[in-house]
Amino acid sequence: MNAKGGKTARQRLNIGAVRSKFSPWNDPSAEPLVRFEGVVKRFDDHVAVDGVSLAIYPGEFFALLGPSGCGKTTLMRLLAGFETPDEGRITLAGQDLAGQPPHRRPVNMMFQSYALFPHLSVAQNIAFGLKQENLPKGEIEARVQQMLKLVKLEPLARRKPHQLSGGQKQRVALARSLAKQPKMLLLDEPLGALDKKLREETQFELMDIQQELNTTFLMVTHDQEEAMVLADRIAVMRDGKIAQLGRPEELYETPADRYVAEFLGDVNLFEAKVASLSHPMAGIVIPETTQPLQVWDDDAPAAGSTVWLAVRPEKLRISLDPPPKGAVNVLAGEIWDIGYTGDWTNYVVELEGGKLIRAARANASRVVERPIGWDDKVWVSFDPDAGVVLTR
Amino acid sequence: MKTKRGERLAAIAPFLWLGVFFLFPFALVLKLSFSDQALAMPPYAPQIDWSAGLAGIRAFMSALDLETYARLKSDDLYLVAYLSSLRFAAIGTLLCLLVGYPIALGMARCAPNTRNILLLAVILPFWTSFLIRVYAWIAILKPEGLLNMGLEAIGLPGLSVLNTQAAVYVGLIYCYLPFMVLPIYAVLEKQDHSLLEAAADLGSPPWKSFWQVTVPLSLPGVTAGALLCFIPMVGEFVVPDLLGGVQTLMIGKTIWTEFFANRDWPSASAVAVVLLLTLVIPIVLYQRQQAKALEAGR
Repeated sequence: MNAKGGKTARQRLNIGAVRSKFSPWNDPSAEPLVRFEGVVKRFDDHVAVDGVSLAIYPGEFFALLGPSGCGKTTLMRLLAGFETPDEGRITLAGQDLAGQPPHRRPVNMMFQSYALFPHLSVAQNIAFGLKQENLPKGEIEARVQQMLKLVKLEPLARRKPHQLSGGQKQRVALARSLAKQPKMLLLDEPLGALDKKLREETQFELMDIQQELNTTFLMVTHDQEEAMVLADRIAVMRDGKIAQLGRPEELYETPADRYVAEFLGDVNLFEAKVASLSHPMAGIVIPETTQPLQVWDDDAPAAGSTVWLAVRPEKLRISLDPPPKGAVNVLAGEIWDIGYTGDWTNYVVELEGGKLIRAARANASRVVERPIGWDDKVWVSFDPDAGVVLTR
Repeated sequence: MKTKRGERLAAIAPFLWLGVFFLFPFALVLKLSFSDQALAMPPYAPQIDWSAGLAGIRAFMSALDLETYARLKSDDLYLVAYLSSLRFAAIGTLLCLLVGYPIALGMARCAPNTRNILLLAVILPFWTSFLIRVYAWIAILKPEGLLNMGLEAIGLPGLSVLNTQAAVYVGLIYCYLPFMVLPIYAVLEKQDHSLLEAAADLGSPPWKSFWQVTVPLSLPGVTAGALLCFIPMVGEFVVPDLLGGVQTLMIGKTIWTEFFANRDWPSASAVAVVLLLTLVIPIVLYQRQQAKALEAGR
């Protein structure tokens, strides 16, 4: 499925949950705040960023997602001015940033290591950026108080960074980067150093702060869950290029290729062949079953093409009973492994022929009449609109 | 148990070292400073008459006095020598800092491989004798020396540097520079580069970041370097003696003159004791205040 195809499929299927009506990227008259145009950055002979073009709109929470070394941090550092692009240009509010040193750019960054000044107190750290502008003392004081209140650190204003916990340091770093009211806030793995519980709490606080200040946020992360929860749009990056760009639900439900499908969440991938096309259904043959599978996909390539069929574990139904006659998309197998996580149970099913697939079931009730156990014979099935045909 | 005893021993070791090689000799010097000059062997009195037993020791104790210290007070020469030494050391330390800080900063900003080479270059002069290195400066600074030969070659008038204060400063900087560079380098090398990026990101141009971030965070290194330079500089003898000529007055030279030229061991000892106290007391006070500041920060 190519990018254009993805769009039509989306219109037809009403993909995912829509969290907000905020979507300036669909509005042709909207003016982006930041524009990357064919940006290339090389380190020696390694291409870190390879021709990235990207527009970020005012008020957006944008995430760059990818594994380490995919170029996401470099892309952010290019915007902050710590690196200079070898090719292409970056504009902020229509203004070319080329030649502007970091200290003149109206963006602020929250560093992954927080980079708090160890010799300054919490309040002095937050005031640092304001002092550079030679603002009157009273105004600095007021803004610092406002920031301390925003991140709920008023009682710790006079502490030094080494006297703070990890979560408190993170808040100071956030307050410091927001104090100058930047046009854009850059967040480098903002929650990376926090433990799981704190991370979840902080995620929502971060969203609240972003809404309250209506500042544009650009976040770099390798954590797909973090990106999905926080961002309006996500750019998944791979080898310095953007693999796919879209809303979280678009990326999850209509991935452009196997890389994106596998990077965001769990997925079962089958090597498949297109057998027939009868609008809007595509008949797909996989080696694990003789019966052709029915997948709702307009954009499947011509019959005979080699493709991949992607089905998410939570979209597979698992049952101890054989399905009724005439049911489609049924695969027979045997339970190989069971992982119980409380809210979900993850089953690994060995299909005929030995392929292992994952099926997940929400534990909606506490009492199960016939629990599925190890080595049970099961049938796994999915709806035609649960599968995605991938050509790459 | 065994390791515990070992630990205790290790803890005692520095005190043992201090006791044997500092406190005991210092006690001898202190005793000497309370004695009087005498035409004898050794050239001071009183001596303890061990054969008289306790009475001998008592007689010895009663003969000790503060006469030499009174003489230090009455003779301006000593005060002038002390002040001059302190001035030489203070200015010398400041010059070392001005020369050494950029060197340390440059080293810390280099690639790790280059750093090690530069570090070696800073330490390398220590492989030759201190005395030889100072003598080498005589060869450079003397009227027909390398410096003037060089100046002459490019058509400039010669300078008479040797036996002036300038020569003393040149010697002091040369000899003590590594003691300033190394502690500052050690602090700067550990500094987190992202702090400078954060400063730039918050609107601070590089020169301002240097004063706002780099310098305050390197102060512990500067303090260590300054103490390592200042303390030995005050008592320095070789450099002023060889490069400073007769008119350069420093306390190290005064002690040498008292000991060897005048054979006045008690006076020399008194000068040394006063020197030690003038150095130790401010340092102890400074460290106390530092500890208090640290406490207050918590």
